[in-house]
Amino acid sequence: MTDEPLLRVSALSKFYGSRVGCENVTFDLWPGEVLAVVGESGSGKTTLLNCLSTRLLPSSGTASYRMRDGQWRELYRMSEAERRFLMRTDWGFVHQNPADGLRMTVSAGANVGERLMAVGDRHYGRIRATAVDWLSRVEIDEDRIDDEPRAFSGGMRQRLQIARNLVTGPRLVFMDEPTGGLDVSVQARLLDLLRGLVTDLGLAAIVVTHDLAVARLLSQRMMVMKDGRVVESGLTDRVLDDPRAPYTQLLVSSILQV
Amino acid sequence: MATPLVVSDVAKSFTMHLRDGVTLPVVTGVSFAIRAGECAVLGGPSGAGKSSILKMLYGNYAVDEGQIIVQHGGGLVDLASASPRTVLSVRRHTIGYVSQFLRTVPRVSALDVVAEPLAERGEDREAAREKARALLAQLNLPEKLWALPPATFSGGEQQRVNIARGFITEHPILLLDEPTASLDARNRDVVVELITAKKAAGVALLGIFHDLDVRDAVADRVIDVTAFGAGKIAA
Repeated sequence: MTDEPLLRVSALSKFYGSRVGCENVTFDLWPGEVLAVVGESGSGKTTLLNCLSTRLLPSSGTASYRMRDGQWRELYRMSEAERRFLMRTDWGFVHQNPADGLRMTVSAGANVGERLMAVGDRHYGRIRATAVDWLSRVEIDEDRIDDEPRAFSGGMRQRLQIARNLVTGPRLVFMDEPTGGLDVSVQARLLDLLRGLVTDLGLAAIVVTHDLAVARLLSQRMMVMKDGRVVESGLTDRVLDDPRAPYTQLLVSSILQV
Repeated sequence: MATPLVVSDVAKSFTMHLRDGVTLPVVTGVSFAIRAGECAVLGGPSGAGKSSILKMLYGNYAVDEGQIIVQHGGGLVDLASASPRTVLSVRRHTIGYVSQFLRTVPRVSALDVVAEPLAERGEDREAAREKARALLAQLNLPEKLWALPPATFSGGEQQRVNIARGFITEHPILLLDEPTASLDARNRDVVVELITAKKAAGVALLGIFHDLDVRDAVADRVIDVTAFGAGKIAA
């Protein structure tokens, strides 16, 4: 474990006109740590994720990222080109809807290979071999490599999106409801896969979810958001076993027991 | 140093915001210390706050007041005010916990569930599995179950997986929440052996045992939790 965080977020706010997207969010994220951001629809969790991943610029506040060379860079002062490069290499973004993160009309292999080419790999055989390896790691059969994701089921598309994001060996992955819209058996398989990959690769991740069970399974730390503000944060099992804020107590008590 | 865990003046209450902010006091003025090589037992009737004390020591419950001082990584850490990251590090290296119930992850085999805490501490995965096999065999879990995920196991089988997972590491402090609740006599004896071995190895143990035979066999002393009662607990 290193003693320096990977990402430092300070007083981040985003306003849409006079409406609050997210307000005054501060936290540090360390390498290998998974942070879950939970809250109901409209609580600002996706706005926060989009600001952190620089898909959206915040109204105020700062976020600094420790680059691979150890240099700290302020995300919102980087040039567009630098941010895009970071996004393609050192970061991943897993969308709730795989169609937003995949190119639906090129083959599965090309979807994975494209990210490799973005970091400068040009050797076809090597790219294809890596793609095959990654497809098997996300449990997609090798003989589907030339199929387009259009022909894949929802669960397969989501696994392909994960492979596409992880192939470049990112250090930080953003996930927006990665299991949303999947049926429960597919969800369990995907969660299990994600959990294994995150542990094996030592990834840091920020996972937005409204599902507390997903948060419990994937994350070590948790932030609970309501109306754009963080109402409670801490160790995931502490927040879930001993919720302190009224809103967190409401969330936890609303879980259906199976 | 021979006192790896010192608890002083710890208090805990729950505020139920969904019930008009009713406050339920749980414990107050909790103070004790556990020496290395000693097994202390929390005593008292159900609802006295025994499990709450264990959960505070493991960081599952927040602490309202007081200090929980743990020897961790050559220094002292106050768990009551430690950051989440520090608590995680304490759990990885210093405090182990055997809960009553196993929280299973889909598709992970019993063997890997047991080996995981060692692998997390950076031990070789195959060596960790080897230790896991030895423990599961000692706890008489049928070998044909080892490769299966424990979700479908019986209560006693799950508990043995849980015990093996808790005992596999060499944490200097071990918390036990009724580890023998659903075990038969033969396996209770195995747990007593495991606890005795931990004591001999200088581990500080703190447990809850409702089973009087087990308690008499392992306890060096009983900490009476009713002494920390925070008044009558409202129903």
